[in-house]
Parts: sequence; C-alpha cells; structure tokens
Amino acid sequence: MRILVLALRRIAWMPPTLLGLIAIVFTISRIIPADPARVIAGENASPAQVEALRQKFGLDLPLMQQFMRYLRDIVNGDLGISLYSQRPVVEDLLGRLAATFELAIAAMCLAIMIGVPLGVVSALHRNRWLDQVIRLATMAGLAMAAFWLAILLQLFFSMTLGVTPVQGRIDGWGPDQITGFYTIDALINGDGETFGKALRYLILPTATLAIPAAATIVRFTRAGVLNALSSNFVFYQTAMGLPRRTIIWKYILRSAFIGTLTQIGLVFGNLLAGAVVIETVFSWPGLGLFAYNSILQSDYNAIMAFTLFTGSVFIVVNLLIDIAQTLLDPRTR
Amino acid sequence: MVAEKLLSVEGLSVHYITEGGTARVLDHVGFSIRHGEIMGLVGESGCGKTSLARAILGVLPGNAEVVSGKILFKGSDLLRLAPSEAEESIRGRAISFVPQDPFTSFSPLFSIGEQIRTLMRWKSPDRKPGEKVYGSGRRKRDRERVMAMLQAVQLPDPEGLLKKYPHEVSGGQRQRLMIAMALLPEPRLVIADEPTTALDVTIQAQILKLLKRLITETGASVLFTTHDLGAAWEICDRITVMYAGQEAETAPVQSFFDRPAHPYTKKLLDSLPTENSPLIGIPGRVPSLLNPPAGCRFHPRCTSSTEICHHKQPDVTEMGYEHAVRCHHPIMGGGQ
Repeated sequence: MRILVLALRRIAWMPPTLLGLIAIVFTISRIIPADPARVIAGENASPAQVEALRQKFGLDLPLMQQFMRYLRDIVNGDLGISLYSQRPVVEDLLGRLAATFELAIAAMCLAIMIGVPLGVVSALHRNRWLDQVIRLATMAGLAMAAFWLAILLQLFFSMTLGVTPVQGRIDGWGPDQITGFYTIDALINGDGETFGKALRYLILPTATLAIPAAATIVRFTRAGVLNALSSNFVFYQTAMGLPRRTIIWKYILRSAFIGTLTQIGLVFGNLLAGAVVIETVFSWPGLGLFAYNSILQSDYNAIMAFTLFTGSVFIVVNLLIDIAQTLLDPRTR
Repeated sequence: MVAEKLLSVEGLSVHYITEGGTARVLDHVGFSIRHGEIMGLVGESGCGKTSLARAILGVLPGNAEVVSGKILFKGSDLLRLAPSEAEESIRGRAISFVPQDPFTSFSPLFSIGEQIRTLMRWKSPDRKPGEKVYGSGRRKRDRERVMAMLQAVQLPDPEGLLKKYPHEVSGGQRQRLMIAMALLPEPRLVIADEPTTALDVTIQAQILKLLKRLITETGASVLFTTHDLGAAWEICDRITVMYAGQEAETAPVQSFFDRPAHPYTKKLLDSLPTENSPLIGIPGRVPSLLNPPAGCRFHPRCTSSTEICHHKQPDVTEMGYEHAVRCHHPIMGGGQ
C-alpha cells in the first residue's frame, strides 16, 4: 500500500519533468540559427512565400504564444508533419519504435548478464590478476568508440568469418507483426527459421551497444560488492560461520545490485543515444537511423519529436527504476 | 574446586602487516576461560582485546599473520583447524558472537525473521553436520526455538518483530536480538565484543543483566571485552587486563578490584570517577605497536619503574589464588 502511494508520488513528478523537457526542446528549436520557415519553403522560395509559411505555422507570434500552441499540439498527439515523408511525424516515429526497443532491450539484457557476474568476480578477486584483467577490459570497453567497434565487428564476423549479416534487420519479409520485435514475433509464430535469421541480424548491433554498457555495470557492481564486503553485517555473518556462498549470493549481491540499478537507468539513456550511431552503421531501421536522416535533411519537426520522445522514454525508465529500487530497499519505503 | 578450562590461549602472537611496518598486535598472550565463567577482557582501545576475540573466532583481517601460539578449545588447536571445519562447526556453533554495533550488524535489506531463519538453517543445534537441506520438520522445531528465545530475551510481540526490518526496531531491541541469535545455536562459548558500547547508558545495564542471566541458565562461557570497568565489575567472574598487545594481569573479579597487583591496573582503577575525587588520567600515551618500547611495555608511563623494566620483559608472576601479573614490581597485598 505504501509502495503504491510512493509510486503515485513519483508519477506525479512526471508532468513537471516532461514540461521542463518540452521547454528545453522548444527553446533549442527557436534559438538555432536555421529559420524553419525558410527550410520548409525550400531554397527557391520568394520572401513573400517564406512570410506566408511563417504566418501559417504561427512562427510570427510571440514566443510564449508559440510555446502554448506547441504544448497544445503535443497534448493532442500532434508533433507536426515530416518535411521528408510528408506524413505525421508521430506515425514515422511509432513505425520505428519497435526496432530500436528490440535492440536497446536486447543490449541491456546482454550488458546485465555480462556486467553483474564480472563485477562480482572482479570484486571477489580484488587486486589479483583476474581483477586486473577484468578492469583492463572494462576500461577498454568504455574507451572504444562505438562506430569503430561496430566496423571492427563487421569486418571480423561478417567479412572474415561470414557468420553474421553486415547490416539490416532481416532479409525478405519480417514475421507477422504482433509486438514489432522480430525475434519475439517469430517465436510467437513458431517460426524457428525466421527467429534464427532475426537473431543473426540482431547480434552485432546488440553487442556493439552492450559492450560499453556492460563496462559501466561491471564498475558499479564491483564497487558495490567491495563496499558490502567491508560492511559490518558481512563481518557478523562471517563471524557466525554462515557459508561464504550464502553471504555473497544472498546478502552482498542484493546490496550491491541496488547501486547498480540506478546506473542501469542511466545506461539505458546512453543506449538510446548510442543507437543513433549504431543504427546508422548497421542500417538498423529504428529511431536512431530516423534521427540521423532527419538531421541530414533538416527535418525540423522530426528532430524535435525524436528528442522529445527519447527524453520521455528516459524519464519513464528512470521512474520505473526508482520504483524498483523502493521495492528492493526497505529503508526507502 | 576450580572448573576445567574450556579455552586456553598459549603464547599467541599476531602481527598486522601495514604500510607503516609490522604491528605486533598480540605478543605472547596467554589466558584461559573455564566452563561456565564470564571472563572480562578490559583495556584501552588498541590494546589488542578485539584482535584476540577475532583470533579465537578465526576471523582476523586479511593483513594479519599468526606468528606463534595455540588456541586450545576443548583440547584441540583452533589455529590448526581446516577453514571449512571452523566455518561448519566452530563459528556460530560451538563459539558464537555478539557484535559491538547492533545497528550495522544486520543487513538492512532483509527482514529480521529472514536473517534469523538463515542463521538457523546453518547453525541450528538440530542440524546434522554437513546437512544442506532445510526440511519442514526442522524448520518447525527451529521456529519454536526462535520464539522461545525471543521470549527469553524479553522482546515484546515476537511474531510482529520477525516481520520487521532492522531499521524499524530500537538499538536496545536489536542488541537483544543479537544476544538471542548468539544463544540460539547453543554454543559453549559466547564472544561478546563490547556489546554495550553502542547503546544508551540506560539500556546498557539492562542488556548486561540479561546477558548474565541467560548465560548462567545455559551454562555457556563468555569472553566479554570492554573498556568499561564498571560493566566488567557488574557481570564478570574473572578479569584480564590487556596493555599494548599483552595481558598485564588476570584475577578473580574481587581481588582484581581489591588488590590490583599491576601498576597499570592500579592506575586504571584510580582513574574511575568517584564522588569526591577529581578525574585522574594516566599520563603518557598507549605505545605504538609498530615500535613498542623495549622491556616492559608499560614502563614509560609507570611511576614505579626501575632499570630492569627498561630492558627486560617481565615474566608472568603468580600472586596467589588465581591471580597472575606480568610485572617486575607487582604491588604486594595492595588494598584500598
């Protein structure tokens, strides 16, 4: 019950946070030097045509009024028309959502599955060779540029070994759309062949995204485990002769994971941002590629919509993490 | 008739390897605990009493090195025991532990009931050696044990308490829980490391009385470390004073307070505040364990030291019934 109240209180904070996000996106769009009316009108438009467009889009109104209009449109689910596709931006965004989420969630899962155990092992072998190796690998994972790593993986696995496709999301038609996640849809349809195909396309971009994310998780898990190892309750449990395994996997891991969890929210934000680069390199038809193309085409509304959307996702993910943390840590209840 | 020894420490030396050099934390310490007695281990911070407690439990810090000595428990040397054997049958079973700080000795993330259940799973007197499963029969009997023990340590509403998290109960209640958890495995020896230091003065006396009563009922022995002579007087049968990694004097509690033989003990007792006297300290400081003074370790602060104290370590001298002192010039027949 108290959890519910707390969750509601956190959720109540969402509208103001979102309003702040919208204000920032709006401000940026109005202070960048490009004139939206001129961009929309095209290079050969006459000053009169540009002026007409300016009036049509309300760009001649006072800034505050423009902001209120923008806000009203967002509430109505209207993010404007894409200059490139001439379709509502919302439709374009929603059409690409699943591809990016499939990638980001797969990368997140992979990063946690690699990062948490490595972090624990690293801490338990503190300052011995295994710890040094893991820490070195972590450093490398954080330092490598994503696009470079992506190309490296493509060269090795796709070109040299030929075990994975170079780019794209699937060849031929994808599975029937249910969730929009090709791997999951293929499984639901019981289509093993398509599942295998979708998985092979998914592996490299997932790995590229997951490596720096896993590195971050290793670092925070290691720090959390070391912190717990030196705590009084671990000393007490050791002095009372509880089996080492119980102490580590039950008590230490739980306390270390609470710190890691906060990081996971931030890492997820990095994944969405990183998707812009990764999706471009792998021609993955998701939001990142959409954003990249929109920027190249100066597709104003699309860029704003993308920024707004990823910002909102980041806020929601961190809200969920906050709630999960409350569930894990009785002191915050 | 003197009861038999349950634990005896002989010539125990422990060094801590630190960046500043080797600290001689325990230096040829000898002392013993008999069946059913409460042995007080008193001394200032850093005198080695906590290290001695940790050595007996086999949980010295990673930079510690046992240089020499024996810790005989029921006749076998704990220092020669396989680590797995010590974890299985000594720690938390034959020898249990009450920590100094009941606030942080519980994990904050699990309910009290859950933490007691984990303890009983591995340390219940019902558990057969090496048993891994926690069958429902044993679980039920253990639950009854826990309930009876929570009653015994006078905790109100045991059912509700088990569902609570550690931060939801008071410090005094937490220390009662710690005592309950120390006694649940039915140990032969309880090591209580300054169990009242972290508590309010008003709670301290209650906890001490409770500890003494329960121990007397169960027949276990206690090693009670403290820097509070009043607390030691309250519950101990015998007292050992430690100074700079060595035992200075051991005596039954009555002779300890009436006829202290070591100048350090005398000064400690003199420094206890009384109604009409000003506070008296002991001049000088506790010596560095990295570079302890030659001869008697107390001689730089001792008013009765002579030439011999500067270069020769004193041997242990028997002063009469159960009374031993490590001093060249023990105070004879002292009284106050």
